Amino acid sequence: MNNPAIPISKDKKEESTFKFILSELKPKGKFFTPFNIISIPVILLGVVLIVIRFINGIGAVTNLTQEVPWGLWIGFDVVTGVAFAGGAYVLTFMVYILNMHKYHSIVRVTVLNGFLAYVFYAGALLLDLGRPWNVVNPIIGNSFGTSSVLFLVAWHFLLYMIAQLIEFSPAVAEWLGAKRARKILSGMTIAAVIFGITLSTLHQSGLGALYLMAKDKIHPLWYSEFIPILFFVSSIFAGLSMVIFEGSISHKVFSKQISKKNHWAQKGIVIGLAKICAGAMFAYFFLQLLVFIHGKRWDLLNTPMGYWYLIEMVGFVLLPMMLFVYGYKKNSIFTVKFAAILTMLGIILNRLNVTVIGFRWDAAVSYIPSWMEIVVTLTVIFTEIWIFRWVINRMPVLSDSPEWVKDEK
Amino acid sequence: MGLNRRDFFRTAGVAGITLLALDTLGAEKEKDSDVEFRGILYDSTLCVGCQTCETICAETNGLPAPIGELKPGVLRKTDENHRTVVNCYKTTKGELFIKTQCMHCNEPACAAACLTQAMCKTKEGPVTWNGDKCMGCRYCMVSCPFDVPKFEYHSSNPKIQKCTMCYDKIIKGGIPACAENCPAEAIKFGTRRELITEARKRIVEGKDVYVDEIYGEHTAGGTGFLYLSSVPFNELGLNTKLQNESYPELSKGFLFSVPSVFVLLPPLLLGIYEATKKKKNDKTEENE
Ligand code: SF4
Ligand code: SF4
Repeated sequence: MNNPAIPISKDKKEESTFKFILSELKPKGKFFTPFNIISIPVILLGVVLIVIRFINGIGAVTNLTQEVPWGLWIGFDVVTGVAFAGGAYVLTFMVYILNMHKYHSIVRVTVLNGFLAYVFYAGALLLDLGRPWNVVNPIIGNSFGTSSVLFLVAWHFLLYMIAQLIEFSPAVAEWLGAKRARKILSGMTIAAVIFGITLSTLHQSGLGALYLMAKDKIHPLWYSEFIPILFFVSSIFAGLSMVIFEGSISHKVFSKQISKKNHWAQKGIVIGLAKICAGAMFAYFFLQLLVFIHGKRWDLLNTPMGYWYLIEMVGFVLLPMMLFVYGYKKNSIFTVKFAAILTMLGIILNRLNVTVIGFRWDAAVSYIPSWMEIVVTLTVIFTEIWIFRWVINRMPVLSDSPEWVKDEK
Repeated sequence: MGLNRRDFFRTAGVAGITLLALDTLGAEKEKDSDVEFRGILYDSTLCVGCQTCETICAETNGLPAPIGELKPGVLRKTDENHRTVVNCYKTTKGELFIKTQCMHCNEPACAAACLTQAMCKTKEGPVTWNGDKCMGCRYCMVSCPFDVPKFEYHSSNPKIQKCTMCYDKIIKGGIPACAENCPAEAIKFGTRRELITEARKRIVEGKDVYVDEIYGEHTAGGTGFLYLSSVPFNELGLNTKLQNESYPELSKGFLFSVPSVFVLLPPLLLGIYEATKKKKNDKTEENE
């Protein structure tokens, strides 16, 4: 950091970088893995559906109606996907702002995950736009709809992606062996982190605020003026549960890349995250309870939607919260992982309840996503995993940074 | 690698841009509010259910002719091909007709929702849609409490369809096609203020005909389209549960908190960062 800039060796590097990237584009490892066998046909089918969507209109592949104009692509891909990507801002906060070094080994992979999630899930938004060629309008400034929450969210998505890219860029530099660039880029990390956390706070809650004007359309058990706060608080444990879940898979699939030291650290990390999840979930549950009592909604409980609400609150908030507590008290990784999965299901439930299931729950023709919408959603997820895997296998994300990084310090 | 001064200002600068953008919102509103809005007064007691308005609307806007039979108990809805429909309801005073279309709210949720200003409350009163700006996100549809904007789901170049109060005619001094052609004179065009006075007069003069209320005077913060009726409005299928505050009001609190978060949070984070870094100083490990 304080050492004088090291002159970069411009010699062979330049011309070989291109060749290097070309060679890296080729897939690595076995081709016929179960994941590939499932994902390739789905992706191909998804691409066909996307082409049909652009030729014949959104109605050709989706079941959206005039009453329910936002369905699975927004409610799941964007709203839920971004909640899961919340792990990146929570972890960067812990590691860079609070200097909790214990979690340092998983920061890169989480930021990568977050970045790709934004690229793909926010990218899924483009599929849902009827007139995507006008998508630049709110960005280049000829028509700023500044009173729109969606305007805010769109800008924040864009800026946050840039912030995350900066946070992740040292890994790219290490992969390319660009020493000088790495130094500059990693010097920008803290600024990017602070900016990123601020943006995340606002757009995680902003996703909830999108629905504030739909007051008469969302089932009263899920609508309150506090949706933004609820969305924000739940994004903390949604993101961390995703980190736990994704970490446990990565540690199996990419175990060769992970150093012994980090393998051992993983257990401590998972237990630590469980503690934070439990805390955030407690706050969330308490908030939900306050909102419920404040709204005087007792009479609604004894209806089918009321039972559904109770299932969400008890089965997918209270229960996983207690499991997290049990998990870290008893040091049981298994319990924590199970709790993380329950929590994630709970988040999916919650976001869909606000955006799809509880949205015009009383409409004459209710919206049920078509199989094509589901295939396109899977296409988005699978493609993201492909890219994720491609990056992990090449850049020092899970694996340690190359030697020269340490030498530099 | 600390956060140096330059980095901090860079962060603050981008935050500032967002603040500026938000500021323009307040300025615009004031300018608009002292222009007189035009509106339409629809007197359902005069409507005979001839559907002339439906036909003429379709003709004027180059849309397909009305479909479906106008029958009591059958609810026809506006859609991407029909900007207005007339329905017949069985009410406590017999079978009555009612026309529905965009309400041209004083503070429209659709325009507040629109991130491109494609939906826009013109200073003349009509709420219009601009295809060069719209990106088809359908957030206006999500937000409109009357479910008015409709989307062409089966087109590769889809438009948002809704009544524009014949804005093109109005700015040339004309009046909306439906108001011009209604044989029963149930549809009256004018400034909103005149229309409210007129509606009040009719209510006073026809005490035993009208219910003592103008639908749209306060609903959803006031609308440009106003209804008179001889039965409670919910019997005619109008939503009487809507709030009287405008809908954009609901997300204002959130939007107004944005600048303060941008001003307060980064320095706070920076402070925590500096505080926790000091503790770590003796450690050799670097954070990157
Ligand atoms: S009725 Fe709906 S579409 Fe019409 S102005 Fe009001 S909010 Fe906009
Ligand atoms: S669909 Fe078009 S008019 Fe409606 S909110 Fe989106 S950009 Fe605005």
